[in-house]
Amino acid sequence: MSNPKVREPLMHIVKRDPMPFWKSMLIRLIAVVLALVVCGGVIVLLTSMIPGKTALNPLQVYAGIWDGAMGTNRRMWVTFRDAAVLLCVGLAILPAFRMRFWNIGAEGQVLMGALGTAAVMIYGKGLPPVLLYTLMALAGILLGAIWGIIPAFFKARWNTNETLFTLMMNYVATQVVTFCIIFWENPKGSNKVGSLDKAVWLPNIAGNKYLLTISLVLFIAVALYFYMRYTKQGYEIAVVGESENTARYSGINVSKVIMRTMALSGAIAGVCGFLLAGDVGHTISTGLAGGRGFTAITVAWLGKLNPFAMIVVAFFLVFMERGSSQIATDFNLSESASEILTGIILFFILGCEFFINYRLEFRSRKHTEEVVKA
Amino acid sequence: MTPMIEMRGITKRFGKVVANENVDFVVQKGEILSVLGENGSGKTTLMNMLAGIYYPDEGQIFVDGQEVVIRSPRDAFELGIGMIHQHFKLVDVLTAAENIILGLPGKLRLDMKKITADIQALTDKYGFEIDLSKKIYEMSVSQKQTVEIVKMLYRGANILILDEPTAVLTPQETDKLFTVLRNMRDQGHSIIIITHKLHEVLALSDRVAVLRKGMSIGTVETASATEMSLTEMMVGEKVVLDIERPEPENQQLRLKMEGVNCINREGLTVLKDASFECYSGEILGIAGIAGSGQRELLESIAGLQAVTEGSILYKPKTRDWVELTHHTPEEIRQFGVRLSFVPEDRLGMGLVAAMGTTDNMMLRTYRDGFGGLLRRKKPMEMSERIIRELSIVTPGPDAPVGRMSGGNVQKVLVGREIASRPRVLMVAYPVRGLDIHSSHTIYRLLNEQKKNGAAVICVGEDLDVLLALCDRIMVLSGGRITGIVDGRTATKEEIGLLMTKSSSIAEEVAANE
Amino acid sequence: MNIWLTFLSKAFTMGMTILYGANGEILTEKSGNLNLGVPGMMYMGGIGGLMGAFLYERAVETPVPIVGVVLSLLCALLFSGLGALIYSVLTISLRANQNVTGLALTTFGVGFGNFFGGSLSTMAGGVGQISTAATSGLFRAKIPFLSDLPVVGELLFGYGALVYGGILITIVLHWFLYKSRPGLNLRSVGESAATADAAGINVNRYKYMATIIGGMIAGLGGLYFVMDYSTGGWNNNGFGDLGWLAVALVIFARWRPLNVIWGSWLFGGLCILYLYIGGLSRHALEVFRALPYLVTIIVLVITSLRKKREDQPPAALGLPYFREER
Repeated sequence: MSNPKVREPLMHIVKRDPMPFWKSMLIRLIAVVLALVVCGGVIVLLTSMIPGKTALNPLQVYAGIWDGAMGTNRRMWVTFRDAAVLLCVGLAILPAFRMRFWNIGAEGQVLMGALGTAAVMIYGKGLPPVLLYTLMALAGILLGAIWGIIPAFFKARWNTNETLFTLMMNYVATQVVTFCIIFWENPKGSNKVGSLDKAVWLPNIAGNKYLLTISLVLFIAVALYFYMRYTKQGYEIAVVGESENTARYSGINVSKVIMRTMALSGAIAGVCGFLLAGDVGHTISTGLAGGRGFTAITVAWLGKLNPFAMIVVAFFLVFMERGSSQIATDFNLSESASEILTGIILFFILGCEFFINYRLEFRSRKHTEEVVKA
Repeated sequence: MTPMIEMRGITKRFGKVVANENVDFVVQKGEILSVLGENGSGKTTLMNMLAGIYYPDEGQIFVDGQEVVIRSPRDAFELGIGMIHQHFKLVDVLTAAENIILGLPGKLRLDMKKITADIQALTDKYGFEIDLSKKIYEMSVSQKQTVEIVKMLYRGANILILDEPTAVLTPQETDKLFTVLRNMRDQGHSIIIITHKLHEVLALSDRVAVLRKGMSIGTVETASATEMSLTEMMVGEKVVLDIERPEPENQQLRLKMEGVNCINREGLTVLKDASFECYSGEILGIAGIAGSGQRELLESIAGLQAVTEGSILYKPKTRDWVELTHHTPEEIRQFGVRLSFVPEDRLGMGLVAAMGTTDNMMLRTYRDGFGGLLRRKKPMEMSERIIRELSIVTPGPDAPVGRMSGGNVQKVLVGREIASRPRVLMVAYPVRGLDIHSSHTIYRLLNEQKKNGAAVICVGEDLDVLLALCDRIMVLSGGRITGIVDGRTATKEEIGLLMTKSSSIAEEVAANE
Repeated sequence: MNIWLTFLSKAFTMGMTILYGANGEILTEKSGNLNLGVPGMMYMGGIGGLMGAFLYERAVETPVPIVGVVLSLLCALLFSGLGALIYSVLTISLRANQNVTGLALTTFGVGFGNFFGGSLSTMAGGVGQISTAATSGLFRAKIPFLSDLPVVGELLFGYGALVYGGILITIVLHWFLYKSRPGLNLRSVGESAATADAAGINVNRYKYMATIIGGMIAGLGGLYFVMDYSTGGWNNNGFGDLGWLAVALVIFARWRPLNVIWGSWLFGGLCILYLYIGGLSRHALEVFRALPYLVTIIVLVITSLRKKREDQPPAALGLPYFREER
């Protein structure tokens, strides 16, 4: 035998017992603070590269972010509304993810929902408002649900990989929307639909044009929480997600649950499309979903699939994004700066979960030394 | 003589659970040492620290008199320690030869021809029969075990640790393995075998080290030990090892299977022309090598496995026969058939690991009642009752069952299944991984059901237990029923022969072609 | 040259970015890591390569093409490798969820690329003003003499070095995975990390190496797209969805590098087919542009019908490994 190695590993990793809630939140908070510090540093660095402007100091950065997101009444409401829209997509993903169906096609489902709503807005001009709004909502929900059911059908039938399927459905949706825009473009040849007639916009609530979206999404959040926790269907979703074998054992029709749940998932995404086309954007374009389908995955994941935790995550991400893009505009930086920052924040929050589940142990050798002496 | 391996004051914790506490352990050169202990006594954890899978929190390890630090399986190999885990560490899609050379140093280019020849020389030396170019997923359990042993020998292991190696073997295969191990000992290897089967300890080993609740109780010469003395060391008190077997009363035909054929997802026949009858008030044991069709047999009755031919009939007490074939579990339940099923995969099929006891109680009954809302009141009462009556250790009815110990998990599952007062109760490997006390609780529950007039079907792997518990034992081999014997008169050897009779359907088909 | 021969050859060059991406992802996935950050790493590789070339050509009076190429190559590898390193630290050492981490890397990488692409444009004096003529010229240089041969010359020898590099990488990768010892070890890591670990393989090292090198290969795809295909300029979001198509191609190719060659050709062809079919209305054009995605979906469904053991993804794909798991 070669010479024995009495080199101690410096440390090793051990799994922890579940830690108290406050402690895990504290770790996440530390991660967010660290992320903010790094983001501040990055912004200082980026702004210092711009010739002709004085670089920001870190404190100005945070003040700038706050100002960009919440500085005026209007900015604040827009931040709230954008957070609600992002939350809505996250809520759409929630039941699918609970079922371990990796739906990364929310982007396409939102787009299709928006397309349905926009079609009603364009062809339904002049209908009585209540009928018009109902049709807009139904069209959005229906198209979103269909877009969700298609991959679910193949998953249920042949176990077709849903991650890639839903991803590709995003691009198909984009093409479908582009195809329709050519019919509806205004002016001709512009490849744009432009803002639709004010008559078909969704109404304001209490004179506030942001409140409709915000309140509807919050309602969905509460309803979904209730649905997942207290209904038979919600229970079935949880069982299928944990183990398809257990589901079959308990007599659940797994295919049916997969399709039904994805229809629900698509439908909520459709509602988001309905809000985007009817209330937020008042138009239809391929960029309407704006990558929210992907960001929402992180919202759902970081929120641990809890609607209320997801509200916090969605707000934080939108807050940072709007704040930093305000700085970018002020400094004539590219809008993409906010994507870099979002990425950095996500890295920190993802990484911190390790410290919630594991512990580093530095070995104490007191016992060994006693034996050696003896 | 310096011992081959010495462990001193080893402690290992997993969170709050102490798996090993201040354990001392010695293996001599050229001996077979049994590590005996109940399930959960820390045998495997202790050996995993020798194999480099776990890292001890405290303590020292000496190999050949010199202190060593084993940080990884690679370190263990360099010290000549090889471990064969209970769940084989083999890559299914690779061949035997590829698995054997995995991770070994050598030339960049893989010369499979030369490598195969090298390994072949080794297997010839020890007399192993093995097809080196066969993929692992095409192999039987005992073939896989052979690959594992060759893998360790090829690495030059002179200390071989085997974790419950006989759990999946027939009596005849076990004998063969023991011969191989004795040969290896005679060539100077040290062999450690982890087991909880007393007669194997007595038949094979030179010395026995006993663990209880993570602590070393002592090491004795096998020659001076008896089943009684070892059990006492293992459990810490005198225990009655006998399993009760009340006489069946008032028997009626309850379940009938006629010429059933099943095909699995890969298109292979897994059950062939299976016919048998099962009566109320009896325990019908099912024996066979793992994967001989036990699972499919139970699942086809439960409505979980598609049946291509034949029929399964159920006879209620007063009504006429009910056809179960081609019906879903939910339909079977709605026919009023009180059929309970404790599957082999407890957390992957019988229970939802992430849910609490209460939510698991309603797994089969959550649909009851009108409307779309869940009713948690009854399941709550039921879970509290079961926790109390079966003395289940859990922080509360909402704590995830996945975090409980194996014995408690099984009590939750069995408790739920017998709560519906079944007419037919099917259990698969009901005591796998359970300690002696929990095992006897389960035997008692099965006997209670038998006395209540249920037809109990019990798939088992330990033939001694089946022979002590069951009224009749049905043997499966390669998807066929090769015989039904009387549990009171049959012998292990007799069952062992039936377990390998007519080999597998696949081979038969190949022979016909 | 006949228009259809041109089509075949253009399809090939279009598919080259996908080929790099898919090969990188195959290497990564064989270690059990599902890295959805491919698009991000492509952007990082692309902008890295462009930055290296642009800053070099701006700094010296008469840039030497070969120096530009080397700098550009190094920067591309550095940036994309850095992206993959972030992913590796998070998923391998810190055991974060692979799907979400990959998506975060894509967000980050795309933002990174677009941001610095925009900055370079500003430095160059406006959108579309970036010029890296010397470096890009060398990247795009055809094989001398041979490419002048009639018919076959343009078809076989009329490409830049990175095209041949791509083919070479594919073949080397195939050899590595199936004919070499570390390749066998790597495959076992992706199939069952616990088995590999028990066999004495350093699982984390293999995962890190495969993921980072895989990321670098994907980054080369970005470099090719920017320096060769786009002749050394930058368009925001110019990559479109090539990164995602690369991820799709991995499944399409059933995790085998040699299948990637014709697969990327096919995907490339589907991407540009609409340019070669004359007289398309604007509507029909959009239908054609949906082809690559529809074909991917169809192939996905067809492959899911087949259940051959060897055609399945690495068994441990997407699962973090922790030795002391109980």
